[in-house]
Amino acid sequence: MLKIIQNRMEQGCRTSKYPKTPITLNKRYRGLPKIHKNCPASLMKKCADLCPQDAIDADNGLIDLGRCVFCGQCETLSKGDFVQFTQNFELGVAKKEHLLTNGNLPKLAENAKKHFKKLFGRSLQLRQVSAAGCNSCEADTNVLNTPFFDLARFGIQFVASPRHADGIHVTGPISRNMQAALLTTYEAVPAPKIVIASGSCSISGGPFRGSPDVVGDLNSLLPVDLYIPGCPPHPLTTLHALLNYFK
Amino acid sequence: MDNLLKIDNGETVKRSDIPQLSFDVFRRELLDFAVNGGQIVHYFAYEDDGVLKVMAVLRNDDGLYVTGSDVAETYHALTADCEKFHMFEREIAEQYGVRPYDHPWLKHVRYHANYRNREDVFGNDYSQDIPGNYDYFPVEGEAIHEVAVGPVHAGIIEPGHFRFQCIGEEVLHLEIQLGYQHRGVEKMMLEVPRKRMPVIVEGIAGDTAIGHSLCYAQAIESLGSVAVDEGARIVRSIALELERIANHTGDLGALSGDVAFNPPAAYFGRLRGEFLNLLMVLSGNRFGKGLVRPGGVAYSMGQEQRQLLIDKIKETKPEVEHVCDLLFTAHTVQARFDLTGTVDRETAEKLGLVGYSGRASGLAYDARVSFPTECYAGLPANMNNKTDGDVASRATVRREEIEHSFLLIETLLAKNVETESVLAGECKLAPSSFVVTINEGWRGEISHCLLTGAGGEILRYKVKDPSFHNWTGLAMSLRNQGISDFPLCNKSFNLSYCGFDL
Repeated sequence: MLKIIQNRMEQGCRTSKYPKTPITLNKRYRGLPKIHKNCPASLMKKCADLCPQDAIDADNGLIDLGRCVFCGQCETLSKGDFVQFTQNFELGVAKKEHLLTNGNLPKLAENAKKHFKKLFGRSLQLRQVSAAGCNSCEADTNVLNTPFFDLARFGIQFVASPRHADGIHVTGPISRNMQAALLTTYEAVPAPKIVIASGSCSISGGPFRGSPDVVGDLNSLLPVDLYIPGCPPHPLTTLHALLNYFK
Repeated sequence: MDNLLKIDNGETVKRSDIPQLSFDVFRRELLDFAVNGGQIVHYFAYEDDGVLKVMAVLRNDDGLYVTGSDVAETYHALTADCEKFHMFEREIAEQYGVRPYDHPWLKHVRYHANYRNREDVFGNDYSQDIPGNYDYFPVEGEAIHEVAVGPVHAGIIEPGHFRFQCIGEEVLHLEIQLGYQHRGVEKMMLEVPRKRMPVIVEGIAGDTAIGHSLCYAQAIESLGSVAVDEGARIVRSIALELERIANHTGDLGALSGDVAFNPPAAYFGRLRGEFLNLLMVLSGNRFGKGLVRPGGVAYSMGQEQRQLLIDKIKETKPEVEHVCDLLFTAHTVQARFDLTGTVDRETAEKLGLVGYSGRASGLAYDARVSFPTECYAGLPANMNNKTDGDVASRATVRREEIEHSFLLIETLLAKNVETESVLAGECKLAPSSFVVTINEGWRGEISHCLLTGAGGEILRYKVKDPSFHNWTGLAMSLRNQGISDFPLCNKSFNLSYCGFDL
């Protein structure tokens, strides 16, 4: 008992004040890219060629955040003259076309479905489905339950049964072998229901796009309401997206 | 041992130098090696000019060996004589449609059609959902009941199916059906441009992004004769140890949660995040994605990063020690950890368990000691003091490894070496060559094997996550256990679904 108290004293209260107080992440964290369109076209082309995800549209100076894995190679190559990743982790979008960005994302809260806010704003229960996720998306979603993020204080919970859920939160490129289980889980959720695509894989197939063993794009199976980019999305990216879309 | 070629970890050898034995000799040689305490690192099939071949990479206390042979469409299973081959032979049957006869349990591994459009060995029609044409192993009797769990589990974890055969609360047999996570990684590596490979490799198992990308980078560096500077080696070693600490602390917390002792669960859960954030200080990503690239690291470690690491390690080390003390001295925890989910040494040896799962059962093998890469040759080895094969041992080994990793990181941080950062570039790979790379990831031995063709193209890319060995260990640990101890046993192994499923 004494040890529990000692440890409790040492640990203190660790819960973050976000969103009331902003958080600054380490400067190496790569969030929303800033794109300098006036840089030489040849540099944009070079970056597009180097991009492992083919996420750069060099002709129009756009980045597809649904494909990008935020590896930062384009920033290194262009020395920040074309792409510069900021520490802004607020990346969630409500429409697929918003993912293709010039660096300015529309306000998520304004694009949210209003009736969802009314239905789920005070209490939101989600069923997480990993459909061939590599466990980094899963781990950084799970971490929302740790004391620092403490998701439950917002009335949001991940639940075990789809019957108890208001929607599904999907990670991974959706392997053929998980397709049926994913659809069954979705069907088991009572309507009206939410579909959230989390991470580059569930939005575009991510690193596994093009493999015949994966579906690759959740939107081709189910109507996606909320997209959370990243590889994996930072826990704060997910938190921001959930709060802005539903609160 | 003319039938085996002795090689070094990460050494490029000409494929023509690798012995090509007749299958009978190959089979006898492998069995001799395996029954005399040797272990199998790889045993896989590949096609070369339309000829189907097999290759084996073996290890024992003296070193690492490779040998090969042609193989017929059916052959006498090695598993019939030695358990160590059982998963490898099932994988070969699934990937290439070769039938090993007398295999005691010939069942699909990941549930996909074979690479050669051959008749399916398992009689599956892959338009049907997994597990297709397969009835789970039944235990029969009046009081027997079956519990089926998954693929979608109750928590935020990867999918897999578990089938328990129970009598009352007691588990007689657990069958683990994986494959739900199969993304076709090995096949993709032959088809995609080189620039995509590092990000695919980082996604083999996202919690082991550093471990797998090290194996990939070392293989490309060896085949492409790419030099890596000392600073990059230091950063890569630090990253591998941070990955280990982060996962071990997270798992100790989860183990604590599974026995309903909440304070350490909360504290470790938070502390794990501190180590992930240190990986972010190095690489910009909490899992270290984007850091390791052939030729070195994509992000160098400057004074600022080094100081952040030094300060954070100094701050968190005593905290981790105190929470460990809280966890391991609690009687209620000891009562649940001790003698639960025991895998004895003999079983562990027969299954070829690796990493902490092996070390907790008394198999001391640690690739950082036996086949050191990066900076490990100059670093002290770890010792494990509790090796009873139960949950308590697996938890204790992890505690010891956390302490050891702190020591390694502190030692490496004290070396003030400048690092160059590299961009992922192209390099020509040595033609008709072979390389195997091995690293001790946090779960154990990770290994990648790369074969090139006459033009330097990649002919075969073979990946092995430690989970490939260890899932069978989890199944064995449940024998004659209460089914309510499953979460505890499972977490003590904490194996990768996607690392296994590829």
